[in-house]
Amino acid sequence: MIGVIDYRAGNAPSVGFALERLGIAHRLVRDATALKAVDRIILPGVGAADATLASLREAGLIDAIRARVEDGTPFLGICVGLQVLFDHSEEGDTPCLGWIAGSVRRFPDTDRVPQIGWNEVQFTRAHPLRAELPDTGAYYYFVNSYYATPTDPSVTLGAASYSAEFTAMAVQGNIAATQFHAEKSGELGLQILTNFSTWDGSDA
Amino acid sequence: MSLTKRLIACFDVIGGRVTKAVNFQDNIDVADAADLAQRLYDDQIDEIVFYDITASSEKRKIDLETVRRVAHHVFVPFTVGGGIRNLDDMFEVLKAGAEKISIDSMAVRNPEIIRHGADAFGKQCIVLSTQAKKVEASSAIPSGYEVFIDGARTATGMDVVEWVQRGEALGAGEIVVNSIDADGTAAGYELEITRLVADNVNVPVIASGGAGTPEHIADGLTVGGASAAIISSMLYSPRLERNYGVKELKDHLIAAGVPMRPYR
Repeated sequence: MIGVIDYRAGNAPSVGFALERLGIAHRLVRDATALKAVDRIILPGVGAADATLASLREAGLIDAIRARVEDGTPFLGICVGLQVLFDHSEEGDTPCLGWIAGSVRRFPDTDRVPQIGWNEVQFTRAHPLRAELPDTGAYYYFVNSYYATPTDPSVTLGAASYSAEFTAMAVQGNIAATQFHAEKSGELGLQILTNFSTWDGSDA
Repeated sequence: MSLTKRLIACFDVIGGRVTKAVNFQDNIDVADAADLAQRLYDDQIDEIVFYDITASSEKRKIDLETVRRVAHHVFVPFTVGGGIRNLDDMFEVLKAGAEKISIDSMAVRNPEIIRHGADAFGKQCIVLSTQAKKVEASSAIPSGYEVFIDGARTATGMDVVEWVQRGEALGAGEIVVNSIDADGTAAGYELEITRLVADNVNVPVIASGGAGTPEHIADGLTVGGASAAIISSMLYSPRLERNYGVKELKDHLIAAGVPMRPYR
């Protein structure tokens, strides 16, 4: 059972519709109690890192999610759900969860910001979460003004480029995240959700 | 690796059915909104935008049931507009499965709705759509394009370029330039105003109104400087001699040098 974290600023329904279409068991999670009944967690995200964290804190979910992740529960963050995993975001100068070392910066204004649209992702290595997906030449849907720069480059499973190269998909142990909207990236994005539904949190 | 341009299918919806008008009038019935959405998703459209075109004039809430039905079929981005008056309306539309909210006449009446929406849901969520009509340039309207509202019926006295810049400053994450003169003509986008807007804002700009051929789309995305192109009739209108599939359009655009997500 996948728990999809549902908070005011999030887009949990879109992720729920995608899982429903794939026939994957899931439930929307709004509090720490509901989190106990799931064995995988998706943190969807739209909007701002500071608003997302404030909304999770208000629901009393941050410590509960952290405890599950520390226990090895497979976790997938999406979009802002990726950005909040790092140490710090320039968006609102916000301290973030610090589960992955690195920071989140704003794209320079030399390109239109936000980045909105389909961009190519190049995967850097094999991993169960990208099973069935091509190494290069495949496009995923991004909406972001900020991008993550992990301290350890091996955290980057997939890279994309906009102004500069940035982390499109990150994995560290049982913590994974996509900067693109896997639930809105057509059949390839849905494949990642399918892969996540059976992922045990390991690298192989 | 780079960002591609987007093809956006637009639906004008009345009572759950997609309809087609010319110059904002004379609607004919095309298909059930969810059925057409499913067909276009299967055909690999990049994005879908749905306008509940009578919600505003009938002073009622947007048709959430249809939003929900469409959202169940499309796993590409989905924007909804029409009849959105406040933050609660936006929240309901997002919870029904839309990613983005398009605001037009309501934003002219109450520009603060842009700021409030962007603060609550992020600027990427707020699409400012504007209806532009060519007029004589004047001190009040230096660009020579005036903002109209309420289905092109009401002139506002506002300059299109000044308005979209204000919208961007208030927090709009994308701007749709819908030409009233070109809409429904299938004679091509109004490239001049599209380019003018693209050159004067730093958020993505979407060309709308008038596309009838693949060349028109290529022009909107190159000469017009748009990041995305809204198309409707050419995909599905029974009034046109022929309709186009997404693959055919993408093949043409890629051959013309426009970066697109390739058809798989």
